[in-house]
Amino acid sequence: MTYYEIIGGILITIGSIFLFLGGLGIYRMPDIFNRLQAGTKATTLGAMSLILGVGIMEGTWEWILKSFVIIVYIAFSNPISSHALARATYLRGHRPYIKSEDKEKMDAYREVVENDPKRKEVEV
Amino acid sequence: METLTFNQKLGRFIVNWIFLMLVWIMFTTTFASHEILIGLITTGLISLFSIRLFTCCNISILSPVKIFWMIWYLGVFTVALIKANLDVARRVISPELPINPGIVKFKTKLKTNYAKMVLANSITLTPGTLSIDIVDDTFYIHWIDVKTTNPEEAFKEIAEDFEKVLLKIF
Repeated sequence: MTYYEIIGGILITIGSIFLFLGGLGIYRMPDIFNRLQAGTKATTLGAMSLILGVGIMEGTWEWILKSFVIIVYIAFSNPISSHALARATYLRGHRPYIKSEDKEKMDAYREVVENDPKRKEVEV
Repeated sequence: METLTFNQKLGRFIVNWIFLMLVWIMFTTTFASHEILIGLITTGLISLFSIRLFTCCNISILSPVKIFWMIWYLGVFTVALIKANLDVARRVISPELPINPGIVKFKTKLKTNYAKMVLANSITLTPGTLSIDIVDDTFYIHWIDVKTTNPEEAFKEIAEDFEKVLLKIF
């Protein structure tokens, strides 16, 4: 066992734990917005740590550089896709699950959708 | 679409070229002369055709001060990302599922579209927040544990740290 393999193994383990928690979050959360929250965040750090772990395990600077490129790509693409999903879901007429009593106040985005004809016509 | 002067176009072209060349070197991971030559030609052509599409910034973005703030931003962002993950992990594991979700809004001082995009992406990856839409300068954020619905307080809670650094870059 070299140091590279030990560090890489630790990073891969951390990454898999976070990916597992992301999956558990998708299962446990009450609605799509909260599921996206769990899915986006946990999988971003999970995938980053896993890829970096694989890069370090190989032990050459080429692999580490390449894994950094992939990490930057994930950091940019993951939030964009989850934002697009959340916005499309809202415009299609799904409303977020709100626990507290004051439902109007907790949903600031509804007034935008209802006052903007362009956004409203998407609704089914 | 905006009209650009020759100097602006040249500046964007150079920024684009340098950035693409860096990515090329990171992917090929070699400094052999033929690889570098092909890389220069390919990335040069791509950046020539995509002056309007890919570039966000003029050549002033390459000044050392701005590069320092970019690296600083990466640090702030990484800390927030790790915090976000521990936060989500805590919420997922705890049996009673401690969430109080809702959508809040706040206004930003950022002007350019690219700065707003970076801020929205960072917000999505920080603890308990997910950006849903941007209307002009108002952000609409899904918050997993709403602490306040007041726009100013929400801004302080969610975005102030990022915006301070972003205003220095863009």
